[in-house]
Amino acid sequence: MEQRGGTILAVEHLTMRFGGLLAVQDLSFSVERGQITALIGPNGAGKTTVFNCITGFYRPTQGRIALTNGTPLSRPLLDRLTGSSLRHLREGTNEVFLLERMAGHEITAKAHVARTFQNIRLFSGMTCLENLLVAQHNALTRASGYSVLGLIGAPSWRAAEARSIERASAWLERIGLIGRADDPAGDLPYGDQRRLEIARAMLTDPVLLCLDEPAAGLNPRESAALSALLRTIRDADGVSILLIEHDMSVVMEISDHIVVLEYGLKISDGSPESVRDDPKVIAAYLGVDDAEVAGAEAELDATVAGRST
Amino acid sequence: MGIELCSWGDMDYFLQQLVNGLTLGSIYGLIAIGYTMVFGIIGMVNFAHGDVFMLSTFISVIVLLILTQILGISSIALALFLVLIAAMVLTALWNWAIERVAYRPLRGSFRLAPLISAIGMSIFLMNFVQVVQGPRNKSVPPLMTDLLVIPIGTSNITISLKQIFIMATTALLLAAFWYVVQKTSLGRAQRACEQDRKMAALLGIDVDRTVSITFVLGAALAAVAGVMYVVQYGVVNFSDGFVPGVKAFTAAVLGGIGSLPGAVLGGLLIGLIEVMWSAYFSIDYKDVAAFSILAIVLIFMPSGLLGKPDVEKV
Repeated sequence: MEQRGGTILAVEHLTMRFGGLLAVQDLSFSVERGQITALIGPNGAGKTTVFNCITGFYRPTQGRIALTNGTPLSRPLLDRLTGSSLRHLREGTNEVFLLERMAGHEITAKAHVARTFQNIRLFSGMTCLENLLVAQHNALTRASGYSVLGLIGAPSWRAAEARSIERASAWLERIGLIGRADDPAGDLPYGDQRRLEIARAMLTDPVLLCLDEPAAGLNPRESAALSALLRTIRDADGVSILLIEHDMSVVMEISDHIVVLEYGLKISDGSPESVRDDPKVIAAYLGVDDAEVAGAEAELDATVAGRST
Repeated sequence: MGIELCSWGDMDYFLQQLVNGLTLGSIYGLIAIGYTMVFGIIGMVNFAHGDVFMLSTFISVIVLLILTQILGISSIALALFLVLIAAMVLTALWNWAIERVAYRPLRGSFRLAPLISAIGMSIFLMNFVQVVQGPRNKSVPPLMTDLLVIPIGTSNITISLKQIFIMATTALLLAAFWYVVQKTSLGRAQRACEQDRKMAALLGIDVDRTVSITFVLGAALAAVAGVMYVVQYGVVNFSDGFVPGVKAFTAAVLGGIGSLPGAVLGGLLIGLIEVMWSAYFSIDYKDVAAFSILAIVLIFMPSGLLGKPDVEKV
């Protein structure tokens, strides 16, 4: 655990209010470097809202979302950054970002957080290869001298273009889609589109990958392939993963750490084993069992009876 | 080449009109690309685009007169090349500024806001040019008046050098433009933004800059059309943006708005319909013919000739 340790993302007292609805209430949790953290909970618990806050789609009503790049989160640095009006602060090798102050494209480009959505959002009219090249646009733009060199086909740009095609091909190979590189992404089967989307997110060079229900709609074989892919991303690429997932077999199999939400509140936080045995989690997922309901009714009756006498 | 000379079966007369139609269609197609690209990326009809084209014709005339009258460049080819570059750069700068001032602040506002702003910008540009350049026609001496006579069978068709220049330049620049959109990183970013702006932003693409580049490219192509217009007609007026603008917009819709090949195809078709109708039927009703065909196509193919059916994004 020597290299893996340390917090990469710290969500603190996050509150998101939409008019009269409190979607997320005073939520705090952290994602550890080199781990797979799962965010679970019944429908409407606020999981996607948390994702939207982390990736800049929503500006939180309250709270702090700190991300560190490289070294473990440095508290003094974070406190200084919070006191300032800056969006990120670097000191030696320590760099801290406050995501709630940043716009969506900055969060990807500067803080290196990538995400996918519940529904597939590939560029369906573009080919698989092009989808993976778009993700490397920033690196290519820099190499092309903001496109002037690129337009006239300068050697430096050609070399960068060749490199990005090579990286894209390596990923296509890895997810078993190299044979379909030039097909429109929208023509792929559902499971392949999911993996292509994850590959595309990985090509933005993230330190943290946020996946919103990556296993939704997959058959058992595709789910197993996805679990294997996510493990190699954690182990071989060293990228930390935060995922929302309903498929408990996937969650229990690959997660190192689970956070459970219900009605916008955190009800449990810990290892897969401890979460699985937590009575609050069982109650949230399965409802309270009949015996307990009967017990509660009896207690209520007794109280009412006691009051009337 | 008057109407009375025409006889219905003449092949050479038809070919002659084909050349004329393609020349006019090239100009419409170049302007139509600007409409279709802007619509594709931000879903807005840029009503000022015709006036941006008009602005480019004035830039062309001014630069041409400076080059030939003041700097004394005698080679027409060199002068036109320089005019083309200058018009593309200056018009692109104008359109970049227009987007920054009039459209970007309204992005994320209600849908009609940028549309109204575009109409305002159109009126502004027209009046600005009228005030600065005066309301009278400005003209340049006839350019490239040489005629090329091509014998076909027993008869000849006449192509003027300027028609060849217009079609060749259009084809060349369209090819270059196609390369940029299909093969470069810039073009990929542009197409990605067209499909899903939010997702493109999440992949680290600066959407605002990509939109700016779209306006710049559209204006550069409109400027090419502007230079061609000056070469072809030799006369410019502050109100000349409206009719070609509407025709080019029609071309974009006919081809399927959002589709680049569609814009070129639509432009060529509108040009051909107009010229053929004038040649064989009546010159007074050429616009009626062009717009009627648009209406008929849209009844049977609501998304245009090459447009994709509208798929709801979720």
